[in-house]
Amino acid sequence: MPEGVLEIDRISKRYGEVVALQNMSFDVRAGELFGFVGSNGAGKTTTMRIALGVLAADSGEVRWNGRTVDLDTRRRIGYMPEERGLYPRMKVLDQLVYLAELHGMGTNEAHTSAENWIARLGLRDRRSDEVQRLSLGNQQRVQLAAALVHEPDVLVLDEPFSGLDPVAVDVMSHVLREKASSGVPVVFSSHQLDLVERLCDRVGIVSEGSMVASGTVDELRSGGVPRLVVESPTTDWAATLGGVRVIEKNGTRCVLELADGVDDQEVLHAALAAGPVHEFSRQRPSLTELFRNVVTTEGRST
Amino acid sequence: MTSARAVSLVAKREFVTKVRTRSFLVGTAVIIAVLAGYVVLQSVLFDDQQRSVVGLSGQATQLADPLREKAKSFGIEVETRDVTPSGNPEQLVRDGSLDALVTGAPPALKMIVKGSGDEVLTTVLNDVLRQQVLVAQLAEAGITPQQVAQNLANVSVAVTALEPVDPQRGQRLAVGLIVAALLYYSLLVYGTMVAQGVVEEKSSRVVEILLATVRPWQLLLGKVIGLGAVGLLQLLVISTVGLGLSSAFNVVDVSELGGAALLTGVLWYLLGFFLYATVFASAASLVSRQEELQSVLTPISMTIIVAFVAGINLMIGSPSGTTVMVLSLLPPFAPILMPGRMAMGVATSWQVVLAVVFALAAIAAITWLGGKVYANAVLRTGARVKLREALRV
Repeated sequence: MPEGVLEIDRISKRYGEVVALQNMSFDVRAGELFGFVGSNGAGKTTTMRIALGVLAADSGEVRWNGRTVDLDTRRRIGYMPEERGLYPRMKVLDQLVYLAELHGMGTNEAHTSAENWIARLGLRDRRSDEVQRLSLGNQQRVQLAAALVHEPDVLVLDEPFSGLDPVAVDVMSHVLREKASSGVPVVFSSHQLDLVERLCDRVGIVSEGSMVASGTVDELRSGGVPRLVVESPTTDWAATLGGVRVIEKNGTRCVLELADGVDDQEVLHAALAAGPVHEFSRQRPSLTELFRNVVTTEGRST
Repeated sequence: MTSARAVSLVAKREFVTKVRTRSFLVGTAVIIAVLAGYVVLQSVLFDDQQRSVVGLSGQATQLADPLREKAKSFGIEVETRDVTPSGNPEQLVRDGSLDALVTGAPPALKMIVKGSGDEVLTTVLNDVLRQQVLVAQLAEAGITPQQVAQNLANVSVAVTALEPVDPQRGQRLAVGLIVAALLYYSLLVYGTMVAQGVVEEKSSRVVEILLATVRPWQLLLGKVIGLGAVGLLQLLVISTVGLGLSSAFNVVDVSELGGAALLTGVLWYLLGFFLYATVFASAASLVSRQEELQSVLTPISMTIIVAFVAGINLMIGSPSGTTVMVLSLLPPFAPILMPGRMAMGVATSWQVVLAVVFALAAIAAITWLGGKVYANAVLRTGARVKLREALRV
């Protein structure tokens, strides 16, 4: 039985004629930060809503610890919806206590935990203010506290970084990292790919309702067609090699794309035979390039 | 966590949040102030109507005793005051300290009043005068007036009533109308409040967090119970203060009527509230913004208003008529009309039982249907959800 793993297993969802999700599958392991990326309308929010039981899937299953997620296990999930929402006319502390209680905490425990998160997120001065009177940044902090106040076993956050200032981004990253290291699987969606690349243990790229690539950032970057960056006075030698294509040429620097089965060492020998080589490295695409690749390829295939 | 705990948490939040608001405190205070003002005014008017001060001047002063007695038999109270012609008694009538001034000697009595004068008082005075003249003439004819008076007193028409006469009819009508009005107010105000709460959760999107941990029906039920309890609290505070004031000022004899009316009022409030609040809530779940709320609530509010206005008119006209009777059995009208009819004492027990059974059945059906609409529509933000779509899934 997979301990502490959140599994999304072949979930499909249609709205009338529109297919929102088609066999969406991935898992988030204990202690792992999983980044969920994809263009708008790719199905990220729908997937998260289904995981939280806010929407019903047409088919497929969400499991936690190997068991289908029901209302009781859902209470152990911390959720930050894409559309931020709190009671505008309720005080910060009351609101967090209420949400903690709704997630199954006793009254005392709920108070302790709410005070704790209020202090940790720097909201102590604002604890008796109505949420609508807070600045947008502080409202975001309350929203994060609302997702964490019941000390969840799983975190599902939809765009937690959107609209945050750099300081708040650091606070949020820190909290998420800390939660993950305490053994909680954390999944969040984001359009800030550099952030995802820096923060996440694994990344999943979604396009048109399906997971098209997932793995560690390294795995994803080393996948695909291998590319080499070579710096040498002349590049004419490259054209003579079979299975090598010059895709970029910039003075003495060129980028080569190798076909399947071409040995990079043979390329190096050929280059050295032609003259001195000052640089020879594998070029790995950034997450942004990968993302663009995946999304445009998928777009073309339909 | 049990469903009961989830529902009670939601209900507690609704109750505490609402009771703490300024609008609730101010609203209740205003209603009580208006009620108190009405009761005081009523008692002053009552007093005025019941009590006339009549000034007697000169020979008319001898009419004081017969005038007071005769007035009592007409159901009004007359206070007599002897005035001297030198004290400019007409001025006393003009400034209102006397309701009437009677001068002269029988049979040529003169009565001076400010405006049109009290008809009953005039009748009383005429009677007294005629009696005086009669007594004088009998004495002249050599007949003992006392003997005649005794003979007269022994003669009266034997009345046989085909229907029992209720001496408290007026008071019953008043209590019935007040109960109906209070229920009308509570259902409309607190039903709308439930609707606003639903839209607030929807427009602030907090509902998505809530539904990740409680089921839609638990959220709906908790809301209805919590706000229903606030309404009940206000209803009880208003009724208690109202009853207390009324008995203190003797406007309505509340000893037996008030208690029973309060009890049936509470019962029908609960039935009516569950019925209407669920409809209000599911209608509200169809829209995403407070501005759109009015359009979906109007048909429901209209039902309550029609039930109240039409019902009240029929009730005053003929409380035991067939139309009112039939309407008071039907669930949409029963919560307002039946308690009114019960307070007036015209509802038979089988009618009450039937109305309660109908109302309970309607509540069961509405809760099922409304819960379904609510669950389907509450997460769909943006354009207004069509009722048919909300019912389909």
